[in-house]
Amino acid sequence: MSTETLGYVLAAAQAMLALAFVMCAYRLIRGPRAQDRVMALDALYLNGLLSIVLLGIRTGTSLYFESALVIALTGFVSTSAVAKFLMRGEVIE
Amino acid sequence: MAPDLPPVPALVVGVLALGGAFVALLGATGLLRMRTFYDRVHPPTLATSMGLAALALASIVTSSVLGSRTVIHEILLLFFVVLTMPVSMMLLARAAIFRDRVEAYDKSMAAEARAAAEEEAAALAAAQEEAAALARRDLDTGGDDDAVYG
Repeated sequence: MSTETLGYVLAAAQAMLALAFVMCAYRLIRGPRAQDRVMALDALYLNGLLSIVLLGIRTGTSLYFESALVIALTGFVSTSAVAKFLMRGEVIE
Repeated sequence: MAPDLPPVPALVVGVLALGGAFVALLGATGLLRMRTFYDRVHPPTLATSMGLAALALASIVTSSVLGSRTVIHEILLLFFVVLTMPVSMMLLARAAIFRDRVEAYDKSMAAEARAAAEEEAAALAAAQEEAAALARRDLDTGGDDDAVYG
């Protein structure tokens, strides 16, 4: 497989991830309830992580690894924080 | 823009990246298409485990071939995400269960209150009807109580 073909393949993978982004964003906007939105946000975090790893592969540098790690950390913390908030039952729709 | 890899690693990286992105797309599709929240909890974990594993492996192959020594720090990323994703998903599912239970309880309490109110209204209506019937009989007998009560 030549370098040019690999570039096309990686671009196709990025396009797939972009489509996944759109789907998660639709679920985030549509709801219907708060937990669905939180889960869609978590999935968005994960897709962002994947696309940054893919960007790291495309550029061939290891600079993107740290940012992927930070995104994984913030995604976990934010999702569990909001889940805790929903659990405490202060805001019931 | 692509890394300058020899043919065989390039093939491996291409297949892994495409597969990982496809699995992530499948997860997002499931998130979009499933009907209830408890169904929708499952698909994103597909992207977590398989998608990230494939992409991390592709990244490992890329940086190992380019750097001419084995680079495996993507394992750390995979380890961390695989460890934390079930925790956050379980917290979220528990929150959803809690909210559903609270809502069902509120609904049942409201239905109970409504049923009690309806019963009371029916009893009141029956009593009023009875009183009206007694009054009518009073009128029919010209107010002669003896005719009614014998």
